[in-house]
Formats: sequence, structure tokens, C-alpha cells
Amino acid sequence: MKKHPVQKIFGFLALTSMLVLFFASCNSNSNSPTSGVLGDDVASQVYVGPGEYDEFYGFMSGGFSGQISVYGLPSGRMLKVIPVFSQDAEKGYGYNEETKPMLNTSHGFIPWDDSHHPELSQTNGETDGRWIFINGNNTPRVARIDLSTFETAEIIEIPNSGGNHSSPFTTENTEYVVAGTRFGVPYPQADVAINSYAENFKGMLSFIKVDPNSGEMEIAFQVLLPAFDYDLAHSGKGKSHGWTFFTTYNTEEKSTLLEVNASQNDKDFIAAINWKKAEEYIAAGNYKEMPANYAHNVYDEETHMATSTMMKSVKVLTPEDCPGLVYFLPTPKSPHGVDVDDTGEYIIGNGKLSADLSVHSFTKMQEAIANESFETEIAGVPVLKFEDILAGVVEKAGLGPLHTEFDGRGNAYTSFFISSEVVKWKVGTWEVLDRAPTYYSVGHLMIPGGDSRNPQGKYLVALNKITKDRYLPTGPEMNHSAQLYDISGDKMKLLLDFPTIGEPHYAQGISADRIVPNVKKIYPIEDNKHPYRAMGEKDARVERDGNTVHVYMTTIRSHFAPDNIEGIKVGDKVYFHVTNLEQDWDVPHGFAVQGAQNAELLIMPGQTETLYWEPKSVGVYPFYCTDFCSALHQEMQGYIRVSPANSNIALKWGLGEEEDQS
Amino acid sequence: MKRIPQILMLLGTLCLLTLFVFPMWKIQLFAPQYPDGVTMYIWINKLGGDSPGTLQNVNILNHYIGMKYIEPDAIPELKYFQWIILGMVGLGVAAAFWNKRSGFLIWLILLALIGILGMYDFYLWEYDYGHNLSPKAPIKIPDASFQPPLIGTKIILNFVAKSLPHTGGYFFMLSGVLAAVAWWLKGKQKS
Repeated sequence: MKKHPVQKIFGFLALTSMLVLFFASCNSNSNSPTSGVLGDDVASQVYVGPGEYDEFYGFMSGGFSGQISVYGLPSGRMLKVIPVFSQDAEKGYGYNEETKPMLNTSHGFIPWDDSHHPELSQTNGETDGRWIFINGNNTPRVARIDLSTFETAEIIEIPNSGGNHSSPFTTENTEYVVAGTRFGVPYPQADVAINSYAENFKGMLSFIKVDPNSGEMEIAFQVLLPAFDYDLAHSGKGKSHGWTFFTTYNTEEKSTLLEVNASQNDKDFIAAINWKKAEEYIAAGNYKEMPANYAHNVYDEETHMATSTMMKSVKVLTPEDCPGLVYFLPTPKSPHGVDVDDTGEYIIGNGKLSADLSVHSFTKMQEAIANESFETEIAGVPVLKFEDILAGVVEKAGLGPLHTEFDGRGNAYTSFFISSEVVKWKVGTWEVLDRAPTYYSVGHLMIPGGDSRNPQGKYLVALNKITKDRYLPTGPEMNHSAQLYDISGDKMKLLLDFPTIGEPHYAQGISADRIVPNVKKIYPIEDNKHPYRAMGEKDARVERDGNTVHVYMTTIRSHFAPDNIEGIKVGDKVYFHVTNLEQDWDVPHGFAVQGAQNAELLIMPGQTETLYWEPKSVGVYPFYCTDFCSALHQEMQGYIRVSPANSNIALKWGLGEEEDQS
Repeated sequence: MKRIPQILMLLGTLCLLTLFVFPMWKIQLFAPQYPDGVTMYIWINKLGGDSPGTLQNVNILNHYIGMKYIEPDAIPELKYFQWIILGMVGLGVAAAFWNKRSGFLIWLILLALIGILGMYDFYLWEYDYGHNLSPKAPIKIPDASFQPPLIGTKIILNFVAKSLPHTGGYFFMLSGVLAAVAWWLKGKQKS
């Protein structure tokens, strides 16, 4: 049968319109808003459209905020603040009964710390997205954050330490994270004259074993060293796997006016620890079990509670008894960061008071050790010869080098605090390739995976110490600024400028696809093992035990059960154990009661949290949900009646009962 | 060649057993704040969803308009429907062995009746949930219909509701098609 021409035209039109529809629908699903007119425009490089995801997670330390903040990169959008070492009223962290033990230490409950260096867990030298560790500088601690929940899962205190700065810096299979003391302290702690520093003070480096399955930490051993200030660290990788390097300053061992007195030696040291050797000495029993007192706090995801255990001893290794355990690498001058390049061969000492960057060779260091070519020995630690181990010098690259990251293409990027710039240089030839100003006074740098064996060298973030005029002014105090650079080309290109929380001392970045598939949306209610859980409204009740009252309360859109409570008396100790029965993503409920002296609760679906409340005076007090949960959120409220201490009002609770008409 | 109708009849019968493995029906709710949708599955003996909390989440949504809680225990069909299906499997096997054209036809008519009655029953439940609303509902919208679609798509307030057969349902239909083909081929063989 032959088709009429008109039929053919209609057929063609139908086909064309289908194709048009097909391509139009393809277009509407397209993820790339950057193509088109904007072309190479800088704005298009950081633009992540509404509802689109960033390519990378960025984890910034909070510095004196004690927390970690999570950003999307390249957009610079803030995604979350994870409470770690500091109480957080927003989430009830450190205020509710479940998380208070997380902040327990040998000094008792410590509600704050100074969090410095986030470090992602690694497998085979690559970031694996399982956990992120961070150190608390002030009351020496290391925390582990679970990246399936973005919650702090564990905190361990570091004994015999004063200022945990050179920490946590993982080994390439997260065998260990480390903790080196920044301040020398008497060992063991004692009442001694401060000016007896050189005689009585020591510096301790700690290796914390990480369980490969649970992530749980324990202090495997400590290495007793002279009371230098151990500033930063990084572990070896590839050929240097098995070693960890710590920078030192104050090798002068002074205790006063350090800005002058600790800046006299032309060279300080990088302490190189052979931790595989340490494992041999531990296995051989070549250690001292020393009494100690430090807290180990673990949050259980099923009981939704943390427990704090005081640990009573620690294994200490001393260099005199353990030959081959520690070597000192002379390094100019008061080095800050020590960074091992992605091949594991080069160890960069960022001598912050030096005009040059000194790079040590791991191979040469091994040769020098084999040849026993030592300059001298300090406290049982052989000091290698600077010239023997030097691989090269990046000469006069800038002023005040602090920290170096790598892009995986043979380039290194060093921050220069004093000259306020990032300098890109070639590993191996030591030539400067490019420089870019920062705004202002950059501290650390971050390239996603930039301190691992496999950097994802697309972006670099500069973490600045000074902000001044970068944003709308907010009074004398300004949030610190960060800048994002495109480093995919020959020249660094400034893309974005954004404020950060607290003072990020370091950051980590990771491809989002290494984290997103594992992120939990809810806690399954059937797994809830909290001792005061209420698994449904039928379990909701109030129990009195002397003057302690336990309220087993549930939340579901949009009411509390019970929401009317009577029979509470002045002087009672009331615990509201609130179980959120919801099982839908992003439906937390809050709980706040008038006169609470701690904070609110913010309870995730399937979770139980407890707020402690002491009624001080007679009356009827409202409680309510603080997190806008539904169209009936505003109705999510209740009352608790407080009677005089000697009253006989019976305990009574209910939900939805008719009011007394009499 | 001669055994083909009998084999088809048997295959058609066995298709019904997939109802014990796959859901027969799927109801999905879409709204901006539910980007992945809320998906409810109806099996011959239970109700479920794409997560353990789905039924609870649907009930939470329904409670704003005073809809009854969907309680699987209160739906007797979920208890006895599986026995009807098993009965049909038994009868189908018997018909296949009897291998008579009239046997195939009777079974096919029974299956069609079960399908039609099942859909009517489904409609009644939907009507009940959609109309039998609590007088104390927080949100009341006069003249609005909350009854989910029997089959197809419908807008219910802020939701787009979609109701379609699922794997088990399609196998149920395939079962009928196979029995019909068996009946037809059997007729051709006779002539």
C-alpha cells in the first residue's frame, strides 16, 4: 500500500515532534546549568543549581568553636555543624543525659575544646568516607565522627599530654591516629618549679589504635621524648608507610617568652617514629606499663547513649630502651606542618621562620640510618645529618611557609602566612610554578585527598586567619574567611570566597560519592535499645521512685504522649525520656520545657533522648516541640503540673482525655 | 504439539503463585516534600512499603484529614484472599490434568470473577477510607474527595496519587491470558 503524501507529512511531523519532546525532556533532566552563555565564567564554576548536589564534602575544623562544620564544594554552602568537643544547645549535645558522658575527662565534665585538625579515615592510602577524626587541643582528646550519621561516636582523652596539637593524622589503613603534645609537661605530672623545664618536663607522642571494623580507639602506646613542642604530624604512605613524622619547635626547651627564646635554634627537628618497630617492642614486652587516668567515651547507636570509662594505665616506650624507634631530622626553622607527598618519598618541613622550604628524602633517610651516619644523639634519639637526608630546597618561595598539600600530578601547594599567598611548586625540581594571593594570612590548605596517596586535585581551599574587609562588616568580630581555587589548570584561579565557623585550622575534602551511599536517614525504631525507650504510645507512662520521676514520652506528628502530667512536686528530679516514633527522613521532634536549665532536646526518628528538669516552684508549666514538624506543629504542646513538696496529688498522665466538666 | 494447551493451562495456573512473592498492587503519593514519593504495596496477605515506616508515614499524612488508620489486621481480605488463590491453583492444576476445553473455560470465568470482585472490593475500601472521615479531623475541606484512584492518577490536595498493578497483579492477568490461549488452542485442535 502506498502512503498518500499528506500521510507522509503527518508521519514526519509526528516523528519530529516526538524527537523534540524526547530531547526537551532530556534537557530538563540535565545536571549542567553551567554550560551555555556563561561559558568559562567563574560564577558558573561554583554554581550548584537548586536541588543539585556538590561534588565534594568539605570538613572544616571549628578551632575555638570545638566543632566541625561541613560544607559542600565548590558551592561553599554550609551543610551542618557537627558538635564534637563543645556543648551545642541547638542539638542538645552535651546537655542531654545521653551525651553528657561524651564530654567527661579526667578533669570532670569539660564543655568546650579547641578543635584543630580533621582527618578522614583511609584504606590503602585513600580516603574511604567511614569516619573523620579530630583533635581537641586544650584538654587533650581525639574524637571520631561516624560519617553514616555525621555524629560524634567516640572521644578518647590523651594522658601525659599538654595541648594535643600534632594530631590526629592517620596512617594509610587507619591502623593508628596519633596525638603529640604541643606543650611539654612534667612527666608524671608533679608540683615542680616551672624553670626546671629542661630537667623535669617531657614530650609524649601517642599512637591510638583504631579497630578496623568498629572504629573504636584505644591508646596502643606512647613514646617518651624530650620536652620539645610537637607541632604537627603526618604519617608516611606507600614506601614510607610504617613511619609517622612530627615537627618540633622549642627544641631550646624554654618555658618563658617563647616567641624569642624558642626561635633561637637555626634548625629544629622532625621526629620520625617507626611505629612498626614500636609494635615489635610492644610485642616483645619492651615497654613500661605506667599508671594513668584518662577518659574513654563511646556513643552507642542502639542505646542512643554514651558511656564514659576511666582508663588506668598506658604503655610507654623510651628511645633509650628501643633503638631504631625514633630519629630526629634537622629542619629549619620552627617548622609548622610536616607533609608527606603522595608518593611517600618526600617529607616537607614547612619552616615557618625560614625563607626556604626544606624537603627530606625518605630513601636518603633510610640510607643514613643504615649507614649510622648520625650527627649526635639527644636523649637516646640519633640525630641525622641535614645534608645527608635533604632532597631539595624550594628557595625563597615566600614568607612563613606553614603547610603543604599535593594535587596528585606532581605539584605541591604551600601556604605562606606572612606573605599571604599560596605557592605552587614542582615536586622533584623544586621550582616555583605559580602563586596566588589569599585574603588574608592563610593558615592551612586543603585539597580533597591532598594528604592521601590519591589526591583529587580539582580544587584547593585556603583557610585564612584574617578577614577584615572581605564581607559585610559584623562588628569587631568577623568569621574567618576561606577561598576556593580551581587548580585543574597550570595557573590557580580564585573562584569563591566564603565565611567559616570558628577558626578552621585544617580541613579535609572527599568526593561526595564516597559518603552519600552510606548516609542513614533514620534510626530504625526496632533497633532502639535505650533503657528508657517507649516503643509506642501504649508504653508512654510516668513512674515515680522516691523524688525521682521518669517520664516515658513519645512523639509523633503532632503530639506528645502523655501531654498532660500531674502529681509532680517541687524538689522532684524529673527525667523526660522522649522517644521519637517517626520513621521518616528529616522528621525530628524537639522538646523544651519552661525553666529547664540545660537546653532543648532534638530527637531524630527512632531515637530516645533525655532532658533533666528540676521544678523549682508550684505551677503549671508548658512544654512544646521546638522543631517545626508538621502543619500541626504549633499544636504540639502539653502541660506539667507542679504541686507543693508535701501535697498528695496523685501521679496522673494522659493524652486526649476530655476535660473535667464539673 | 498436542500437549501445548495443557502446558499453557498449567503455566497460567502456576503464574498465580507469584502473588505470594510479589505485591499485586502499588499506590504512590508524590508531593514536593516527598521527592522520592511514598510507595505503598498491596500483597495478597499484607500491606507494605518501600521502607518499614511507610504505612506509619501514610497514616500520619491521612490523620490530618481524619482518615481512618490503615490497620492491616482490620482488613479480613488479607487473611482469606490467599486461600482463594491457593484454591484457584488447585482447581487450575485439576483442570490442566482433566484437559478438557470446558474445564479451561470454567476456570477462566472463575478467575475473571475473582479479578472483578477483587477490584470492586478494593474500590469499596478506597471509598470507605476516602469518605468515612472523622468529624474531629484537624483539616476539613468541604466537597473535597480523598478517595484514591482505583487505577490511574488523581490529585488529592497537595499529592498526586498513582494507583497501578504491580508484578503480582500483572502475573494474575498473564494467568488469565495463558488460560484463554489454552482454551482457544484447544478449540483449534478439535476442529
